[in-house]
Amino acid sequence: MNTLYEALLQPLSYAFMQRALVAVVLVGAVCAVVGTYVVLRGMAFFGDALAHTILPGVAVGYLISGGAREPLFWWALGASVISALGIGAISKNATIKEDTAIGIVFAGMFALGIALISTVRSYAVDLSHFLFGDVLGVSNQALWKIGVFGAVVLLIVAAFYKEFLTYSFDPVLAITLRMPVGLLNNLLLVLLAVTVAVSLQTVGVALMVAMLVTPAATAYLLTYRLPMMMALAAVFAALSGVIGLYLSYYTSIASGAAIVLVATGFFLLAFLFAPGRGILWKQDRRLQHS
Amino acid sequence: MYPRTPHQEDQPILDCDHLSLAYNGSLALEDITFHLHPGDLVALVGPNGAGKSTLLKVLAGVLAPTRGRVSIFGSGPRRHVCIAFIPQRSQVEWQFPVSVADVVMMGRSAKLRPFVWPSKRDWEAVNSALATVGLENLAKRQIGQLSGGQQQRMFIARALAQEAELMLMDEPLTGLDLPSQESLLALLSDLQKRGITVMAATHDLEQAAQYFDRIMLLNRRLIAFGDAQHVLQPEKLIRAYGRHIQLVETPSGLVALEDSCCDRGEEHEHAV
Repeated sequence: MNTLYEALLQPLSYAFMQRALVAVVLVGAVCAVVGTYVVLRGMAFFGDALAHTILPGVAVGYLISGGAREPLFWWALGASVISALGIGAISKNATIKEDTAIGIVFAGMFALGIALISTVRSYAVDLSHFLFGDVLGVSNQALWKIGVFGAVVLLIVAAFYKEFLTYSFDPVLAITLRMPVGLLNNLLLVLLAVTVAVSLQTVGVALMVAMLVTPAATAYLLTYRLPMMMALAAVFAALSGVIGLYLSYYTSIASGAAIVLVATGFFLLAFLFAPGRGILWKQDRRLQHS
Repeated sequence: MYPRTPHQEDQPILDCDHLSLAYNGSLALEDITFHLHPGDLVALVGPNGAGKSTLLKVLAGVLAPTRGRVSIFGSGPRRHVCIAFIPQRSQVEWQFPVSVADVVMMGRSAKLRPFVWPSKRDWEAVNSALATVGLENLAKRQIGQLSGGQQQRMFIARALAQEAELMLMDEPLTGLDLPSQESLLALLSDLQKRGITVMAATHDLEQAAQYFDRIMLLNRRLIAFGDAQHVLQPEKLIRAYGRHIQLVETPSGLVALEDSCCDRGEEHEHAV
């Protein structure tokens, strides 16, 4: 018992671990709440594309600032908002199929980002930080930005709760209630963009979509109410972050990957055992009926 | 945030004036003119692809007409929140994590500003709407757990909570068993007694004739609009349905057996 206690406490003696733990809990909660709408509206591919599309913006910031970390957040934020509204416009007016258009744009932008970063000689390490995150390197300043922007995102989600809910469940109803649906849609995209920018350092662009959809999908299997789905998703995301960090600390697995793997583990458990909807539950019911 | 224009009570609740809608280069609706008075109960019939859903969406202000004009009590539909569009059940995401009461409360959103949470009065409106449609005991159920008829009545409760005066229903009877159809038809006549104007798309000409005051026969153009006797005449039905309709003479009158239901099945899916 004592050794378990020590195993839990020991990493906390490092300031970088404390900061990382706060970061994953904050980022997890914000991603999960916004991710609830990503799951319900079927925007997973959009979220994935958005995360990848910001790489050239981050790369330009990286080149201009000569490798300094702090300004990168603003570059990521700007690139993310522009990309979100851009992809949103493309998907509305595409002459080819929407997902094809998004696929072309996001892969192209991602390649441009890698190309830009690779012009620097020592690019490999930095590139991997952008791709897979560097949560152990989170500074106090970055933590503040995560906290403030995360809080703003959550406040807006709460303030427009009934509008987002109505618009997501039945867009035609939102129109007949004369809600400003174009504005709501763009607001949701901007919230998603801010979330992606805030989370960049934690899990990186490549694994971002997992933070958006996996905890939300896990919660989706466990409840029939939206507020509960948001709360559960936030809990699963925060837990995945904390457990993932400890896992990473003791096994030297890359932190971003460890967090996503834990989140995936939670999803699999729910997928198998969720009351009423899990695979095993359904099988059990079938056996009882036959 | 939400525009609302006062009703000009001397104007018809719905006035549709030479309305046309082009879609992908061809006319989905062509030169449609009619008007409705408060308390009308109208069946909208026509073959698949006739533009029934499209017409309802234009009337609700969801789609904008290419030519012509829709007015609700004297001004355009986009200035009113008194119109409810009730979707086909096959178009709804039934796994969505909301309860019956949540969905009905969405209808109240029209009366609430952003940042404002529902008050006790709003919950009372939701409960009374649920009681009107007979779902008060199922308020907390997740929507996917309702039967087809209950799902349809939930949407009517939502329209009541919205205080809608014009309800446009897209195939409300499709996919329901006979008892559910009958209780829904009874509910429609209750709505009429409350002065609510209802226009419902349907496939069943016999039901249209029996339960609705007037029938609108549509196939891109408005073929006929009036009572059953006036509308359900062979030459008009053939103009609407072409060869896809079979007319049978029976002692009780002319019965039309529509066998075209899934010919061009792009417009709708059948709920199971």
